[in-house]
Amino acid sequence: MITVLLFAQLQEEARTATLTINEDVLTVNQLKNQLINAYQLYQVNECMIAINEEYALDIDEIKPGDTVAVIPPVSGG
Amino acid sequence: MGQELFQIVESPIETETVINKVKGREMGAITTFIGTVREYTNGKRTIYLAYQAYTSMAEKMLAQIGGEIQEKWPGTHVAITHRVGALEISDIAVVIAVSSPHRKAAYQANEYAIERIKQIVPIWKKEHWDDGEAWLGDQLEQKAYPNGKPEIEGGGL
Repeated sequence: MITVLLFAQLQEEARTATLTINEDVLTVNQLKNQLINAYQLYQVNECMIAINEEYALDIDEIKPGDTVAVIPPVSGG
Repeated sequence: MGQELFQIVESPIETETVINKVKGREMGAITTFIGTVREYTNGKRTIYLAYQAYTSMAEKMLAQIGGEIQEKWPGTHVAITHRVGALEISDIAVVIAVSSPHRKAAYQANEYAIERIKQIVPIWKKEHWDDGEAWLGDQLEQKAYPNGKPEIEGGGL
């Protein structure tokens, strides 16, 4: 089970701050495709993924128990 | 507010508290950046802002920026507090304090910190206008992640 945290616009579009995905292992790229196909979260294409609070690359692997966050372009400051 | 150097808070930021965290007898300068909520952006009037953060990761990224600064400008001390939640016009959104034995490093490192916040710290701003609302993309007015990812390793200056 993989926990996916959503923020900002994505959180509003999905109407939830947390999704749970039942996969053993998948890459960041596969997760992005799943979020687009299953939840129509098209903004994922312009987002970074963080695995356990570290920015990850598309080829990085996500394992069960990981906390994944979808990070839209940031606008702090 | 505690003595944590890198904080995300929900209550108003006391500038003096952030400054006090970087004071030291060896320091000859402290620069402070205070980011405030602007009423007009490109002619459009903001009523209020709402900031949201991925708090645990945001505090880690702020600490990473502090580490980058200490590598680039040895001898500096850095403290950053960013507020989240609903903020009104003129409210303080972020305070960055940098102390240094000499002023030049304190000025440079402080500007570096705000630029890096706008690149890598997971905080988002929602603008509320008279006629609508929207989550803003990146404040640098660049394409989102031009290199496909934030410049995690630190760049510029």
